[in-house]
Amino acid sequence: MTSLTLVRRIKARPQIVFDAVTTAEGIAHWWGPDAGPVLLAESDPRVGGRYRVRFRRLDGGEHESSGEFLEIVRPERVVMSWRWKGSEEDPGESRVEMRLRAVPEGTELTFTHALLHDEDSRRNHEEGWMGALDKLEAHFAGTES
Amino acid sequence: MVNYQERLDRTFAALVDPTRRAILAQLERRDGLSVSELAEPFAIKLPAVMKHLDVLDGAGLVTRSKSGRTVTVRLRPRPMREAMEWLRRYERFWSAGLDRLATYAEDKEAEARRKER
Repeated sequence: MTSLTLVRRIKARPQIVFDAVTTAEGIAHWWGPDAGPVLLAESDPRVGGRYRVRFRRLDGGEHESSGEFLEIVRPERVVMSWRWKGSEEDPGESRVEMRLRAVPEGTELTFTHALLHDEDSRRNHEEGWMGALDKLEAHFAGTES
Repeated sequence: MVNYQERLDRTFAALVDPTRRAILAQLERRDGLSVSELAEPFAIKLPAVMKHLDVLDGAGLVTRSKSGRTVTVRLRPRPMREAMEWLRRYERFWSAGLDRLATYAEDKEAEARRKER
């Protein structure tokens, strides 16, 4: 249920975007939170295949995440499990889903990173509890428990 | 001790329900309401409100304290803050990456078009 969704419009056809998010060569070009380098990218993009990505942040810290491809429908949809290697901050398994939709200028990518994945929760999520969170955030900023 | 992920799941599960979000929003406007004050704006019976409060309490989003016959409900910010931090962390993590992905894919598209010509 805990999930984050980001949407991007990309001026490239879905097949190209799909390969950029599933192949090792593609992943190596963009993965990671800042301009730090991807040190290693492995990917076996088929259901049950695994991926592993190691990258260095600009602050020098190295991080590795890996997981399994759970669903692959080229060039529309890819679902993969996600786990950090050796993170105490966020030790659990989560799920990354990317949906690609052809639009006139290229592709609309809907990217979701979620801790849980039950359909009811997702529907409720789409109904917009994020708005409620935004409103509540003002209250919680700077308040001590 | 309940682990971080379970806590997060519980927080988000509690927030899925619109009545529970409305209860929290009400407390955000005015903290420290009694259960009957909280129940007032809702078209549901007191026991149903109590059930929602049990869920919110279980997720650690509110606390209830009893004084005489009055139960006072207060917001507890910590779990909500953790949930917001999780979202922010991953938003930071992916946003820049997806921008680079767009640039990379757009270069590949331009390359493919040159070849097709």
